[in-house]
Amino acid sequence: MKKLINKVDDVVPEGLAGMEAAHPDLIKVHYNPNFVYRADAPVKGKVAVVSGGGSGHEPMHIGLVGVGMLDAACPGAVFTSPTPDQMLEATKAVDGGAGVLHIVKNYSGDIMNFEMAADLAQAEGIEVESVITNDDVAVMDSLYTQGRRGVGTTVLAEKICGAAAEQKRSLKEVADICRKVNGWGRSMGMALTSCTVPAKGSPTFELGEDEMEIGIGIHGEPGRERMKLKTADEITEILATAVLDDLPFKSGDEVLAFVNSMGGTPISELYIVYRKLTEMCKARGIKIVRNLIGAYITSLEMAGCSITLLKLDEELKKLWDAPVHTPGLRWGV
Amino acid sequence: MPMTKDDVIRCLGTIAVVLKENKEYLTQLDAAIGDADHGINMDRGFTAVMDKLPGVEDKDIGTILKTAGMALVSTVGGAGGPLYGTFFMRAGTAVPNKYELTNGDLVALFEAALDGVVQRGRANLRDKTMVDAITPAVDELRKAAAEGVDTVEALRRATIAAEEGMKGTIPMKALKGRASYLGERSIGHQDPGATSSYLIFKAFLDTVSTHT
Repeated sequence: MKKLINKVDDVVPEGLAGMEAAHPDLIKVHYNPNFVYRADAPVKGKVAVVSGGGSGHEPMHIGLVGVGMLDAACPGAVFTSPTPDQMLEATKAVDGGAGVLHIVKNYSGDIMNFEMAADLAQAEGIEVESVITNDDVAVMDSLYTQGRRGVGTTVLAEKICGAAAEQKRSLKEVADICRKVNGWGRSMGMALTSCTVPAKGSPTFELGEDEMEIGIGIHGEPGRERMKLKTADEITEILATAVLDDLPFKSGDEVLAFVNSMGGTPISELYIVYRKLTEMCKARGIKIVRNLIGAYITSLEMAGCSITLLKLDEELKKLWDAPVHTPGLRWGV
Repeated sequence: MPMTKDDVIRCLGTIAVVLKENKEYLTQLDAAIGDADHGINMDRGFTAVMDKLPGVEDKDIGTILKTAGMALVSTVGGAGGPLYGTFFMRAGTAVPNKYELTNGDLVALFEAALDGVVQRGRANLRDKTMVDAITPAVDELRKAAAEGVDTVEALRRATIAAEEGMKGTIPMKALKGRASYLGERSIGHQDPGATSSYLIFKAFLDTVSTHT
């Protein structure tokens, strides 16, 4: 294992300490239990948006805390759901009296831990709503499994719900917007290489020099199919077709196109993918009116990308454009 | 001979040792069909349990087990944290204020633990999860208690049943948890959660057989 770390056990806390040192104007960090929260939390009368998940996907979630996005994020160990005490303390720290929305990706661990935390918070008199994101179209037989995984749409939902919360909308409204975003977003990813969890020290899976995994999960979970490596255009075609066919995106629809790096793929290659994606959308009469290109939901150093398409209406466009100021995403400020 | 409070403390100690010894093995099983962290997480959790035990070692068995469960919930993470945390918390709730456990108490303890796991994880038998190891073990404990055999024999039968249940997960297709995403590709792999559950029953057996 070749990594820029000191001790394996210190990977998460030392990363948090660095982030705290870099962005004291935006965030604060609480240790034991670990969570990152807005520097000005709690914001009185505003719904607080809280998320969390295993570490190793940065900037999601801890790098997306700040004005216009998350109020708090709970980092677990690498690729491991955080624990209920983290979520409970984070929820209490950011509750401004208007309730707290938990955005939870659809993984059994995340759901069970957030469920326990929501029970505990409610027992302490805090109103909590939970919305589960499950946008990964790679999972085909979702009726017979844990269901679709929460991936790229989660980042978009956090941005949009954060903006809705800033407008002082009610907990129910913010949760409804979150459900709408999840319902209108679809994603699929692929891997060119594996990744190495620091505590394990060796790659999560083996992938030959001339192979790729289509439909990979963000923890290296296998996807739809392992196949011989293809060109960027062919890969984009496979991913985008699966995404476009899943949600009946139709001619005339406006979408946000999100091309994401799994961590090891450079932005220059993401633009090659985006170029092909625009051609494909154009051919189907779908208008890309917003985009996000870069590494936002990663899988450590895995090379590969994911494509997310989110259908937009006027409300979602406005919320997307609203100012956001976090370590990982910033505009309008 | 009933199990004493000190036996229960020794059991938890044995579990901690066994999980540390099997950390790499459980993680390897998890790497094949999950996310390669089960052994690491369980070891971290039981290390925390061992840290908490000195504070409650004079208390009753219910309190000791609940304390272990809470330590697991707040340190393990993943799916294992809420599941094993609930397992030990419910186990403790089933035997309040007791300093000794009859075979009947053991049945009540493990039945409550299993119910908690099923509720929290919403898994059914044959979904390829820890439920597949725990359920047959609890069935054997119940039968053994009805027959009136001693604790060592009851735990021996339960452990054999857990081991068979664990091995029985190999040909199953996973329907819950991260392994479910593999579909057919999960067939042929032993479930890591069922494996850690078997190791826990075996730790109970090994502790009790060496001390009676």
